[in-house]
Amino acid sequence: MHFDDGQVPEEYTRYIGRKIAVILAGVAVLLGLLVVSVSLGSMSIPLLDVVRTLAGRSVSERLDIIILNIRLPQALTAAAAGAGLAVSGAVMQSVLRNPLGSPFTLGLSHAAAFGAALAVMILGAGTMTSSNVGAVHISSPYTTTGIAFFFCLVNAGVIIAVSRLRRSTAEVMVLTGVALGALFTAGTMFLQYFADDMQLAAMVFWTFGDTARASWSELGAIAVLTLMLSLFFQHNSWNYNAIDAGDETARGLGVRVDRVRLLGMLATSLLTAVIVAFLGIIGFVGLVCPHMVRRVIGGDMRFLIPASLVTGAVLLLASDTAARLLLAPHVFPVSVLTAFLGAPVFVALIVRGGRR
Amino acid sequence: MILEINHVSFSYGSIGVLRDVRFSVSPGEVLAILGPNGAGKTTLLKCINAMLRPETGSVLVEGHEVLQLAPSDIARKVGYVAQQSEPARLTVFDAVLMGRRPHIRWKVSERDLMVVDAALKRLGLDNLALRYIDQLSGGEFQKVNIARALVQEPSLLLLDEPTSSLDLKNQIEILSLIRRVVCSHRIAAVMTAHDINSALRHAHKILFLKDGMVFAVCGSRDVTAATVEAVYGVRVEIHHVGSIPLVVPLDGQKA
Repeated sequence: MHFDDGQVPEEYTRYIGRKIAVILAGVAVLLGLLVVSVSLGSMSIPLLDVVRTLAGRSVSERLDIIILNIRLPQALTAAAAGAGLAVSGAVMQSVLRNPLGSPFTLGLSHAAAFGAALAVMILGAGTMTSSNVGAVHISSPYTTTGIAFFFCLVNAGVIIAVSRLRRSTAEVMVLTGVALGALFTAGTMFLQYFADDMQLAAMVFWTFGDTARASWSELGAIAVLTLMLSLFFQHNSWNYNAIDAGDETARGLGVRVDRVRLLGMLATSLLTAVIVAFLGIIGFVGLVCPHMVRRVIGGDMRFLIPASLVTGAVLLLASDTAARLLLAPHVFPVSVLTAFLGAPVFVALIVRGGRR
Repeated sequence: MILEINHVSFSYGSIGVLRDVRFSVSPGEVLAILGPNGAGKTTLLKCINAMLRPETGSVLVEGHEVLQLAPSDIARKVGYVAQQSEPARLTVFDAVLMGRRPHIRWKVSERDLMVVDAALKRLGLDNLALRYIDQLSGGEFQKVNIARALVQEPSLLLLDEPTSSLDLKNQIEILSLIRRVVCSHRIAAVMTAHDINSALRHAHKILFLKDGMVFAVCGSRDVTAATVEAVYGVRVEIHHVGSIPLVVPLDGQKA
């Protein structure tokens, strides 16, 4: 074939440039929002002091503690978790060829909730202690997290095992996920029915996704994993684009469809499992973000992945900040707010025919 | 020879689909696979680029045994246009650029962009380059699919019923486009088809498949009524309109 009479089309180059500009603008918004988020709270800190402290020029010891030990980890956790959830959603929707692909639809969240409930019930990991903010504390968070994580992986493992038996079609994976979600919900209800008041409170409390739970070490785990897997997803972006065009078209382009789908599922499950296990269930970010981004810059995964990353971070950070301030001095978990935000969008997607 | 197929057999579980299929295609040739539903046309097509693995036999593309190549290597030699493709939210340019995937390592190169640009111009899609493919008509969308297969720079093009959902004008446009590209680039094309008359008109060679076996391979001018009757079980006459053979079924006419 000889196709050497073509040129690099300027119009297309400009079009790509616009997409990159949108993503960079998103990064700028994220950085600005990060500073604002840190400055806001029960005690407002002037923006300039926040910037100074973040740049390493201490203003006062008290501000150092508030900013570096409390607000910054929470803000960064919100950003990292939002980014991880959104990018997982984008990849799941692509490899499953399903606009409703998200940790929710695949039962991952339900599995984590079941794991946490089990930890509380059987291993006595949760006792209720009233603190001054009126919250419930889980007495051994690491056991709970570990078991929630374990059940997330069991969920993902079953989905992958079933699809290996029956070829890894998107339908098989989604249907298995829905079935598992129902099963784990049933399991959780069973445990809740037999739980005492204290345990019940601890179980319910755990499911409220809350970014305040993470300290620097958990934040580090989430951030590193999000970053590494995003590189992996980015490397596969042409494969995901090809799968979007249909399994057969993708095979014709030399994509090992079953393998790309399995690895994609494994990686997204791992990422969401870590986030959910550390923070609890934060719904809808993974579902809604990729759809919002797709509306703006289209479905090309080369750009959808980084743009979802940034948008997810902005969205969850903004929600988290709002959740801290909305009913001040009461602080409520961000998951409640994202659910309020996400549900109408979910309905809008259904009304508009759920097109990707 | 661009494509040589020898003794290819394939079965789904215990159900035999293809038995001892053999044929070859030379540069500049379009071969159409015809046969009744369930004869194994699509299965045969998928065996050629190893999307399905034949149990026995060999598939040589330009002398290379396809069954021993990695998927990306096959995709550089064989372009495939599936019967159904999903119109995702991609621009025409990006959807065609996807065909460069077997050649792209980390980053899209300047040559990738140039090849896509040239292919779009050749197919008259250049003024739609930045349109989303879910906004195209059926004919335009099928051209995008063909352009995608062409920028793979294959020596063999496989098409699974490329005109099944197109109107008459688009059918003619797409099939003569395929023929033109095949002739001018000296590549080869194998397509499955239902419409016997459009196949006779646009393909150089016809392969009749019946019950998973090659019933006949012949030039499209040399198709006889007896062959068509034996393959489809329908009585026909073949008329010639100018130099174009026209198969006219005799059964089931209006009273």
